Order: sequence, then C-alpha cells, then structure tokens
Amino acid sequence: MATRLKDIDAVVVGMGFSGAILARELTKAGLNVVGLERGADRNVAEEFTLSRLRDELRYVVRLELMQDNSTDTITFRNAPDELALPIRRFGAFLPGEGVGGTGIHWGALHWRFLPTDFRIKSVLSEKYGAKAIPETMSIQDWPVSYDELEPFYDRFDKLCGVSGQAGNLRGTKVAGGNPFEGPRSEHYPNKPIKTGTGPAMFSAAANSLGYHAFPVPVATSSAAYVNPEGITLGRCEYCGHCNRTACESNAKASPNVNLMPVLRADPRFELRTRVFVTRLVYDKAAKRVTGVVYTDMQTGEEYEQPAGIVVLSSFVFGNTQQLLLAGIGEPYDPRTGKGVVGKNYCYQFEAGGEAFFEGREFNPFMGAPGMATAIDDFNGENFDHSGLGFFGGGYIACTNAGAPPIGGRVLPRGEPRWGAGWKQATTKWYRSNTRFNTQGSVYAHRDNFMDLDPTYKDALGRPLIRLTYNGTENDHKMSRYLVDKLESVVKAMNPTHYDLQNRPKNFTIVPYQSTHNTGGTIAGSDPKSSVVNRYLQAWDAHNLFIQGASVFPQQHGYNPTGTLGALAYWSAKAITEQYLKSPGPLVHA
Amino acid sequence: MADDSLPRRRFLLGAGLAGTAMAAGIAEPLEAQQPTASPPAAASPQEPEPFVTLTALETAFIVAAVDTLIPADELSPSGSDCGVAIFIDRQLGSAWGGGGKMYRAGPFVKGKPEQGYQLALTPREYFAAGIAAANAWARKTYGKDFDRLATADRVAALKAMEGGKAEFEHFDARAFFGQLLSITMAGFFADPIYGGNRDMIAWKMIGFPGLPATYADKIDNYRDKRYVAAPQSIADFS
Repeated sequence: MATRLKDIDAVVVGMGFSGAILARELTKAGLNVVGLERGADRNVAEEFTLSRLRDELRYVVRLELMQDNSTDTITFRNAPDELALPIRRFGAFLPGEGVGGTGIHWGALHWRFLPTDFRIKSVLSEKYGAKAIPETMSIQDWPVSYDELEPFYDRFDKLCGVSGQAGNLRGTKVAGGNPFEGPRSEHYPNKPIKTGTGPAMFSAAANSLGYHAFPVPVATSSAAYVNPEGITLGRCEYCGHCNRTACESNAKASPNVNLMPVLRADPRFELRTRVFVTRLVYDKAAKRVTGVVYTDMQTGEEYEQPAGIVVLSSFVFGNTQQLLLAGIGEPYDPRTGKGVVGKNYCYQFEAGGEAFFEGREFNPFMGAPGMATAIDDFNGENFDHSGLGFFGGGYIACTNAGAPPIGGRVLPRGEPRWGAGWKQATTKWYRSNTRFNTQGSVYAHRDNFMDLDPTYKDALGRPLIRLTYNGTENDHKMSRYLVDKLESVVKAMNPTHYDLQNRPKNFTIVPYQSTHNTGGTIAGSDPKSSVVNRYLQAWDAHNLFIQGASVFPQQHGYNPTGTLGALAYWSAKAITEQYLKSPGPLVHA
Repeated sequence: MADDSLPRRRFLLGAGLAGTAMAAGIAEPLEAQQPTASPPAAASPQEPEPFVTLTALETAFIVAAVDTLIPADELSPSGSDCGVAIFIDRQLGSAWGGGGKMYRAGPFVKGKPEQGYQLALTPREYFAAGIAAANAWARKTYGKDFDRLATADRVAALKAMEGGKAEFEHFDARAFFGQLLSITMAGFFADPIYGGNRDMIAWKMIGFPGLPATYADKIDNYRDKRYVAAPQSIADFS
C-alpha cells in the first residue's frame, strides 16, 4: 500500500529542460512544487568537471548519462504486423536520465520551426490542393502559431545564451543570417561561435551555387554571458567532446547549469531523485489527475504524492506510456485512425556523409556540434514541392562537431577497416575530413505510432511502450532530394573523395541516428485528433499539463529542443496567468 | 611461424609485456621483423599485468586477434603491446561486461537485424561463446586454434568472419567479428587509464592531442595548419 504524502500545489514528473522550466515558473508564481526524477541528481560541481568529462569511453561509448535499459526500455518493430522486441541497449536514439535529462548530453543545436511549419496541413492544402496530401499522411496544424510562440522562443534563447546570427529581425532581413527564418523580436543573445575550416568551405561553395549559408544557431555560449536567471555562463572551449557528454565550461546550455541553481535555492521547490513514477492517479469522472504514485528506488517504499497540478515532463516514450497506463485519453488505433494517445510518432530523417581533402589540416578535434554552417533553402515550404512527389525537407549542414578518437575517425569508402592498411589510412585521413548532415523532417504516417507492449515489462512490472515505426516513401524521397542537393555543394568544395549515404529502406534500432523522437501526446485544436490543447493541457484531465516533444503533431526539419523550450514557457504562462485563477479547461472543445 | 610446442601458460604470463610476443612463440607480422621498421616503443608497465577476467585460452585468442587487427609496424606496436588485450579483459570484467544497463528479460526471440542485439548473453558471456565458436571453426578449417595459426592464416580467418564466409556452429560469426573489432578499436583509442592505448601511442599515431582540449584561443591560429601537442591523458590531471 502506497504511503500517502501531504498534498502539494504542483508535482513535476521528469526534471529535464521542460520540467525545470515549469518548476521554475510555477514556484515564481508562488506555488510549492515537488520535482520527481527517476535518475541521479547530476550535480554540476561534482560531475561536470575536468578531467572526468574528457573520457570518450565512459560517456560516448558506454553511455554514462543515458537511460538505464535494465530498469526500463521500449520495444520496437517496423510495422504493425511484426513482433516487437525490446531494445536491450539503446542505439539509434539515446534518451538521457537523471536531473537534466537529455538536456545534458545534447549537441545543443538550437533552432526555431518555420512560421509555415505551424500550419503545415493548411499551407500544403492551399498551395497544392487538399488532395495532394496522401491519405496515409496524418499531419496536423499546430494549435499555436509562430507569432504567438515567438516571445517564448526568445525567452528560451536567453535562458540558454544561444549563439547565432539573426536573419530576420522584426521582418527586416539581416545579411549573414538565415533569410528563411521567422521574424525574431531580438538578436541572438550571443554572437555565433567560431567557424571551422570545413564549414567555412561549405558556406563558400553553397553561396557560389546561389544558396544562403549561415552559422548554425547553438545553445553554446560564444562568450561569457549572464542569463535572465542571473547565472553566468562560460565561453565554449571547442573541446570536441560535447555530444553525449556534459560541459565543464558552463557554455553548453543544460537545465543543471542554466536553471537548477535557482530552483535548488528556492524553498518552494523540493527535488526528489531516484524516485520512479509508476502511475498517474486519474479521476476520470472529475477529469483530474489527483496525484502520482512512485517508488523510492533507494528504499523500495511506494508513495502517493497528491497534487493540485501535475506536470508530465518525461521523454516522449514515458509521457505516452503514463497516459496509456492511467487510461487518460483514447488509445490510438492505426486500423481505424481513431483514438489519440500514441498517435503520430515521428523521428528525424537524417542523412549525410563526409568529404576528404588530401593534405589539408582541419584539426578536427577542435570543435563543437554548433561549429557548423547550414543552408535552409530546402526546408519545409521554403521551396516549391510541385511535381517533386514528396512534402517536407530539412536544413543541410557541414559540421565540425569534434572528432574523439574512438568514434570520431572516418575513412573513404573501400579503405580497410583493420590491419596495416587500415593504420595507414586512418592516420592519413583523420585530420583531413569534414562532415555533412541533412536534418530531414518526418511527416506523420498512419502506421507509425506507440502503444503498450503485450509481453515485455519494466523492472517495476509495467508494460513497456511499444514503438511501431518505419521510414515512409514520402520521407525517403524527401531525404534523397536533400542528399542530392548536398552532393552538389560537396562537389563544389572540390574534395579528394566524398561519401554520402542515403538512409536504408528500413529504420533500424542500431546504429545511432538521432534522439529526435516526437509525438504520442500531440497538441491540437480538437480532442478527437489530439491529446493536449494549445496550452499543453490534457483534454481529458484539466490539471495535467504534458510537456516536451511528445506534443509535436509531426517533426519538422530542425532539431526539436528550441521549440520544446518555447512551448514550456508558453504553457507555464497559461497555467500561472489563466489556470490558477480559474482551474478548469482553458480551451472548450 | 607459430610454435605449437610452447605452452600457452608461459605466453599468458608475459602477454602484458611489450616485446614478449616473439618469446612466447606468437608470430609477428613480417614487416615488424624488418630492421628498418622498428616500432615506436610503448612504455612497458613495471610489472606484468595479470588478466583478471579471461581464461588462458581466451587470452591467447584475444591477443592473437588484436595483434592481427592492429599489427606492429612503423606506426605503432602491436595491439597487445599497446595494452588492448588487457583493456578487453578489464572491460569484460566491468559492469558493462556483466550486462550493466542492459535489458535482459525474456522471452528471447531472434528478430530482424533492424531490432538489434536480442541475445540473453552479457558481453562477457558473448565473448566467451564467440571465442569458443571461433576456435572450433579454426580447428575445423585449419586444424588448430586461432592463436596457433600463422599470420597469413589469421588474417584469412578474420576476413572470412568479417565477410560472412566463416560459418560458426550456433553463433553468428560476422556479428562476433563486428564486436571484436569494435572493442579492439575502443581499447586502442580510449584514454590509457583503461589499460589500452599505452603511452597514448594511438593518439600520437593519428595526431589527437588528448587533454585538456581547450581550444578557444587556438582555433584561429591553426586554420589549415596542423596543431601539434604532446598528448595528455586523464591520468596526467589526476
């Protein structure tokens, strides 16, 4: 029997970026908030330190900061008629665990979606006719517009100390930035970080072809910066160890550095770590979640934490799983297209490759994921899709992310993988290559979804979430188009060799591709086709606010975290300024 | 040529020492024996390092394998002389080797390749099974265990596994080769605190400077110009 704890104003489940933002905004509004985190308390002074972080084996290969699959994983299959099997160790994507969540080990590429992305179904219908959208493509307009979200994008930019070059300041184009971006109310808080040799060559080649290259925006401070929370960020050191690792310079934004110190000092906030929330307590008649039940992993004791407001801010898979287990909202059924929970799972359709320049010295170990340049000419509706046979797109980038020696070496196709010939080849090419990436959108498909697995269970006896996903014909065509465009730029860079890879036909759970998972509890204007309303409030439980990329109706051609953070601030404002005054549905269906 | 008469036990005792492979009867690649191609010396530990996880047979296989994957030449000493076999021994004995952070509940079903690793075996158990299967295949194909083969046969055997031409009994040879290559490369290039990459020899080989990796003031001065620094390990800052 769970021990019932004292009632609290709000409980936050999952202390990544969204959870930390909601906890901060709610405590600022005077609420007492408990933050629950199933992983460790990742303390900056203790863990984000040198020489500890410069350990590629621990962090990059053995995945120190990632979710423990022995406790909890997901099952996966490509299609609804296949048998799903558990992901025994994560590969294709790497959700984080512990305070900070995936916001510690991300590469910190910090984008906004396009204004047209937020009304993509309407835009496609207007431009190409409603019949042009395939029946199986279950895309939806967002219930919030770019203009509404812009002030919250700006807040999140400032929290993170984002470095970049504006391309559109309040409607005026700014040279050197992304000419396709939506209007920004303010410049980026920091100037762009330094550009590497490869990305500079990419920019020159892209511009020579008439495209519009610009430095990639990144939540890595290019100089010392004090964020609106009063926290001083350091300068990026271009250590080349960013991905899958924390930052010792306090330059890369993370909940731990950019927000948690304020929360930790706030008497209205209490953090409980190594507590595993097993279920939401749902009062269906009252359309409320009365609290959450969790197991304290350090004592084995089970507790019920009653709360006035429940913020669900775990990863995409956990958010969807909690709703399905609690019976909140109708589960999605791909055969009928009815139901909403688990609907529109989307991924990021990335492809790319490398170019090799014999005799050049690129010092690839000096880098950061944001040490990149990109073109946005082939993203979303920035280009005409007439006659192309697909919708969607993505940015195309050249990146100098760092090249740690175990995983950061690449060879031209056909070179040996081992033996004396391999040693010569890896020595010859390690310092002389640069990498490319296309960040393709994934437009939702009827058959890509999540539900509960009928067989496999987690360490606490709950059914695992089951992911059914494969790349669609639309997305493969889109990706090949992007890779073709990339190839024209790479050729103009005049490399000794280059290798670009299209995506394999079937999505595969290894090797690593992208941690950009979205959907399952999507936002919309109609409870028949969405789980949460425009304020991320659950249609079926008015005191439940669901955060994170699980609310994205589909995934666009950009990294998701910028939009995730903006949505958190947008949702928090609705809670503190509307919901607290009059608890109940904020949107009437 | 390999000398079958030498007991493996003696080899095992010396396996952690640089330069003892010849004395133990392990065939060196020909190029390493050329006087003109003397390998860069890796610092030897003061004491022989004991293997704590692998059995003697397994150690012999791993040393032979890593020395074939990473042969001694003018670029570096052999894999085992760089500590890669010790690295593998320690990794298989680590939490990771014991299946840490790995979902291990059944039922176990083969599944599609797209669904990834689906065996019940921990990495430690996987390598034990793989080494046994590889040696059984080597005995069937060449008449002796893998570590007793001459260099050319070892190369041919690994190529057969890599290319999916070797058929192990009840074990996926190609997948095993993939795991073997992966852990060998991790050992060669990981920070030396884990036992491999002795004296940062692999980092020196490719020109990776190691720690501290603070380059904000260096990037602009080294555009299209090689940055060279004596590498430093985590141990140098501890």
